[in-house]
Amino acid sequence: MFEKTGIPSEEMIMGKFPSIERINKGAVAVVECYKEIPCNPCQTACKFGAIIIGEDINNIPKLYADKCTGCAVCLSKCPGLSIMVVDGSKLEETVEIKLPYEFVPLPKEGQIIKGLNREGEYITDVKVLKVLNPKSFDRTPLVTIEVDRKYLYEIRNIQVEV
Amino acid sequence: MKQAELVIIGGGPAGLCAAVSAARSGAKVLIIERNKDLGGQLLKQTHMFFGSEKQYASLRGIDIPAILISELEKYKERVEIIKEATVVGVFEDGVITVLEKEENYFKIAPKALVLATGAYEKYLSFPNNDLPGIYGAGAVQTLMNVHGVKPGNKVLMVGAGNIGLIVSYQLMQAGVKVEAILDAAPKIGGYLVHASKVRRMGVPILTSHTVKEAIGKEELEKAVISQVDEKFSPIEGSEKTLDVDVMCISVGLTPLNELLAMRGCKMKYIPQLGGLVPLRNENYETSVENLFVAGDATGVEEASAAMVEGFLAGLCAAEKIGYRLDNFEEMKNDYLKQLEELRSGPAGKHILSGIEQIVL
Ligand SMILES: Cc1cc2nc3c(=O)[nH]c(=O)nc-3n(C[C@H](O)[C@H](O)[C@H](O)COP(=O)(O)OP(=O)(O)OC[C@H]3O[C@@H](n4cnc5c(N)ncnc54)[C@H](O)[C@@H]3O)c2cc1C
Repeated sequence: MFEKTGIPSEEMIMGKFPSIERINKGAVAVVECYKEIPCNPCQTACKFGAIIIGEDINNIPKLYADKCTGCAVCLSKCPGLSIMVVDGSKLEETVEIKLPYEFVPLPKEGQIIKGLNREGEYITDVKVLKVLNPKSFDRTPLVTIEVDRKYLYEIRNIQVEV
Repeated sequence: MKQAELVIIGGGPAGLCAAVSAARSGAKVLIIERNKDLGGQLLKQTHMFFGSEKQYASLRGIDIPAILISELEKYKERVEIIKEATVVGVFEDGVITVLEKEENYFKIAPKALVLATGAYEKYLSFPNNDLPGIYGAGAVQTLMNVHGVKPGNKVLMVGAGNIGLIVSYQLMQAGVKVEAILDAAPKIGGYLVHASKVRRMGVPILTSHTVKEAIGKEELEKAVISQVDEKFSPIEGSEKTLDVDVMCISVGLTPLNELLAMRGCKMKYIPQLGGLVPLRNENYETSVENLFVAGDATGVEEASAAMVEGFLAGLCAAEKIGYRLDNFEEMKNDYLKQLEELRSGPAGKHILSGIEQIVL
């Protein structure tokens, strides 16, 4: 189905998430790159050797969650915007999620905006914690949101009402 | 008649890299580009490029020409650039004819040529496909990303290859609503990361669908789409009507290389490469001596491959006319290896099955 719709299956998504124990320890990347394409900026972006593609540039990137510091440098380097960072270490009820977001207007810190799933459907309201857009991100800003824990595996996008 | 050592036709990524490579070897280079600016397709690509960082992946396409041009400046005493000039003929005696700014027509006799003219868009036939509001993806990108003009408000994207997916994303960034992306193929042709990116913005991707007709008096008002079966025939009764004022046709590119055919290069029709392409050897020299090719004109691929092909063709063309770098072999092998790496995956296999049929 994925190849017909662009929507990954639950199984595919779960296969990309680090364990919940790892997520609860602190920020970690989720690399949702499911298909072989000739592309490797994520590997070069990671100073910790946590994303490995290897010899063949067509390989699917592999995340080594134990090496990942959740620094999020890879997020603005992935041309497919396929990477996010999740952090379950802050609060019981919620998780923090960092997403790349290349649209205007950017949300403001503290603002409540819509959280969307992988089909672009509204699932829940989320709170914006941080918006980063330094020059080194090259016009791919990162938005950190606080989300109800139960949507950890569902949330993948945000919508800012104009 | 103007004399020249090496003329490069087309100043896109392939042509610019060919120029850098040839000038670095010591050859005098003349680039002829029909547009006002160098950069070719790159000038419209506001998204981050996929590929290898060796070919500037992760940078935005629009930012790559400046890098190549500054590379070229290093050799500026050997580089001449004529813009807004179109090469209109390549003749048997090696002479080429150029029309500059639609008024100045002149001839050049170069020792060698690299043709890097890129590709042009295919079109789709359906009733009323000439209504205003129905554009090729290139035109939509030019309006939006070069001139800052919104092409309309509600778009139907026809074609779910990389271009269709990426232009849909750019339309949304410009505040335009994309109603749907459709494709007659049963599967999405473009990279799935790009598909997921537009899907999670809420845009449905309708595979096994086609456009039946466009409706409108003065301009596009509605599009009738329908499902297709395995044989790509529309399924009766599956029609749906969408209210859209823009239809963007993005059904692939075909190499732009009539100049080669005109000169008598041996050509072959290779579907995997997008259409008619010249036969060429490992150095990207065609069946006509001292006539080289590079980039989408040799087969539609990516800017990454186009740049490496440009470097390779420029290096070899310079060598052919007497400018051989000390580390020629090493450079050549490095470029060949880069191309091999780029084409080693599933998408590359398809391309390679086409290339096998054209290497002399
Ligand atoms: C929407 C879109 C997204 C893309 N995304 C990517 C990506 O993410 N990564 C990637 O690697 N590639 C991407 N590409 C592909 C890439 O842009 C092309 O493969 C690349 O530009 C081909 O380079 P080229 O130099 O062969 O041709 P072009 O870029 O087309 O340049 C050809 C040049 O020749 C000039 N010319 C043509 N005929 C004449 C003539 N007779 N006389 C003088 N000048 C002439 C043209 O004006 C043009 O400047 C994308 C393309 C599109 C359309």
